[in-house]
Amino acid sequence: MGFFSKSFDKLKGALKKTADVLNTDVRTLFVPGRQIDDAWLDEFESKFIRGDIGVKRVEELKGAIREQWRLGKIRNANEAEEIVRKKLLSFFPAEDRELHFVPSGPTVILVAGINGAGKTTSISKLAWLLKNEYQKKVMVCASDTFRAAAVDQLTIWAERIGVEIVKHKMGSDPAAVAYDACEAAKARNIDVLIVDTAGRLHTQDHLMRELTKIRDVVAKRIEGAPQVSMLVLDATSGQNAIAQAQHFTKAININGIFLAKLDGTAKGGVVVAIRDQLGIPIKFMGLGETPQDIETFDPERFITALFGEKEPTAK
Amino acid sequence: MFDTLTDKLSGVFRSLSGRGRISEENIRESMREVRTALLEADVNLKVVNEFTEHVITKALGQEVIHSLQPGQLMVKIVYDELVNLMGPVDTRIYFVQPGPTVIMMCGLQGSGKTTTCGKLAMMLKGRGMNPMLAAVDLQRPAAVAQLRTLGEQVGVPVYADDSKIGEHGNVPRGAAVAVSRAAIAEAKKTGRDVVILDTAGRLAIDEELMAELRDVNEQAKPHQIYLVLDAMTGQDAVESARRFNEQLELDGLILTKFDSDTRGGALLSAKMVTGKPVKFLGVGEKLDRLEEFRPEGMAQRILGMGDIVGLVSEAMEKFDQEEQAKLQEKMEKGTFTLDDFMSQMTQIKRLGPMSKVIGMIPGMDQLTKQFGQGEGEIEGQMGRMKAIYDSMNRKERANPDSLDGPRRRRIARGAGVDVQEVGQFMKQFEMSRSMMRAVGGMGMLGKLKLMKGLMGGGLAGLGQPGGPMIKTKKSGWQAPKDRNKKKKRR
Ligand SMILES: Nc1nc2c(ncn2[C@@H]2O[C@H](COP(=O)(O)OP(=O)(O)O)[C@@H](O)[C@H]2O)c(=O)[nH]1
Ligand SMILES: [Mg+2]
Repeated sequence: MGFFSKSFDKLKGALKKTADVLNTDVRTLFVPGRQIDDAWLDEFESKFIRGDIGVKRVEELKGAIREQWRLGKIRNANEAEEIVRKKLLSFFPAEDRELHFVPSGPTVILVAGINGAGKTTSISKLAWLLKNEYQKKVMVCASDTFRAAAVDQLTIWAERIGVEIVKHKMGSDPAAVAYDACEAAKARNIDVLIVDTAGRLHTQDHLMRELTKIRDVVAKRIEGAPQVSMLVLDATSGQNAIAQAQHFTKAININGIFLAKLDGTAKGGVVVAIRDQLGIPIKFMGLGETPQDIETFDPERFITALFGEKEPTAK
Repeated sequence: MFDTLTDKLSGVFRSLSGRGRISEENIRESMREVRTALLEADVNLKVVNEFTEHVITKALGQEVIHSLQPGQLMVKIVYDELVNLMGPVDTRIYFVQPGPTVIMMCGLQGSGKTTTCGKLAMMLKGRGMNPMLAAVDLQRPAAVAQLRTLGEQVGVPVYADDSKIGEHGNVPRGAAVAVSRAAIAEAKKTGRDVVILDTAGRLAIDEELMAELRDVNEQAKPHQIYLVLDAMTGQDAVESARRFNEQLELDGLILTKFDSDTRGGALLSAKMVTGKPVKFLGVGEKLDRLEEFRPEGMAQRILGMGDIVGLVSEAMEKFDQEEQAKLQEKMEKGTFTLDDFMSQMTQIKRLGPMSKVIGMIPGMDQLTKQFGQGEGEIEGQMGRMKAIYDSMNRKERANPDSLDGPRRRRIARGAGVDVQEVGQFMKQFEMSRSMMRAVGGMGMLGKLKLMKGLMGGGLAGLGQPGGPMIKTKKSGWQAPKDRNKKKKRR
């Protein structure tokens, strides 16, 4: 966390809500003194399946606990918590989740995902963060020229946050917008260019090819770009998110995930599998609908939230 | 890809066969596979557990124990039960008279509400009604503009009040109600018979925004409330559906993004937890991609057998329609020559690895068995078949039954293959010919269509349930009269 935890201290208001969201109650399952038995194991199973981490993995975890318990090595729920925590944390090795910037010329972040995942909103969050916390000169590129009023949506965010935007008419070639944005970013000494793209299902081959084309155009205009190919995943999504990650990786080589909508009752546990199977680091979490509702992904807190219940947020 | 549940279940029972009689324990064991399949499809755990217990009881009653094919029988019970749970099907929209009927759409952020509003408006318009859209999402940037664009696209008026638009968290209380009521008043004035309210996306635990929806519900009094849910939702589907239903008393569910490869367990979960019927499925980005829900194909899809439907569609697209039509004609006439055979094989080759689909058509499984499925294998085999064909003279092609030993050896030499391969080629032709007779002139494409219909259920759009109902002040629910005549069913 480092940098982020410090800078976020300044934003008490935004943070408070966020903290409420992720520091949820772990008492029910791992209540101190509670003994492990079959009923406990069942409860464990349902809690974790509920978190969308996938039935196979839950069975593995449950098996590990049962094994230790049968051998008499553990008896209490809080001892099981240790095992689970360790195991889950091992899926998220220490890795670099920071954003890095090239010494000169624009750093490009290409953002993709299925329809309604939260791409545009997440871009507004990144833009806000980069501008206000990193003091970067940010430009956004409206390459979603397909969904009705998508350009308007990004324009409104760009105005509110105070960053530049490059856009064309609705229905125009998204790669052409990206081309112009790259040129503009270079000409205007932009530090970070964030490219919004239309939502697409990972099963739509022609649209996935279109995405590759946008990437290729960016790569041609700016050497080494896009440095970040970010997949926005909806935390409410189930096991299908794995297929999404696979297909988008094939198209544009995803190297970071933005997990949006973690402020709801969904826990986004499917990223455990995505990190584990595909090795894609989870970089950010989206925790609300305003640009400030962003945090770097923190495995410890994420896992704690996986254990817990969420109750209505008091606003 | 095709090791379907049937294989798995049959496998479970097969491995038992050495050990004597099938017991309840074995049935439980086999249900573990079903349980995993359902959980992998994102069906909620509680729903899964209830379901499996239920099926076990049923299976015991149906004497799976004595069945010769316990695997198949189990699958049938599972399948029937799933279909059963997803019903009863009621895809009607209930209208009131005098209008306008007010339909409120609600759901989480990004579930597809606005697009679905546009689709619904288009569907109703196509049925001869006069819908109107109302922009009640006052907080997401450009939500109003998005609805306006959709309204233009489908040629349906949009009621919006730009002065009420705000930012997240500071849309004044009452704004959503005010816009809804104004829209309804406008609809009355302009003779619109349906008003569709597009509300902002919200989390079911967001007290403030849920209060806003309750206000709209109490003060604008929508006649129908639909929850729009993403088909890719995981375990949270129950949670959201339950909370929305508790606070708003839903009338139906609409599942979106079903054109993806999601198994769509969320559908079953949401149906089970709310007890409300699934009305429609969104199956594409285009505005005409809204279909009435039918549960049949859905069971296969949730169980992991549904990939087949997608494959069949894909396969159909790759077929040369003209060629197929020609082939069909020949079959109807009962003439199926070597030329036809080659053309058929070329079509199958074009499918590539998807040619497996053909093998799934009952009676056609032999046709593709000869083809290996590895990369390039089909290519190679096709090449050899073509060589064999090319080495025949015109007479031989016209009368393939005349191919005796010496001729076969000559052809083999010409084609550079073993003589056995020529024999195999002829066998395949024979098989193909008799198969074509058996399928009664339907051809591969026809068969595929049929199969898709059977498995695709709602996706295939076969058969239609009854028309919409109208609620009149006097006599309660009844089918609409004149208006219904104009209605075109898709
Ligand atoms: N609660 C919540 N809503 C979000 C979050 N991120 C995005 N959204 C909402 O999800 C909806 C779709 O977001 P949008 O950015 O337009 O998705 P896109 O289609 O992928 O670009 C909007 O209503 C957003 O306000 C988040 O982290 N939390
Ligand atoms: Mg967008």
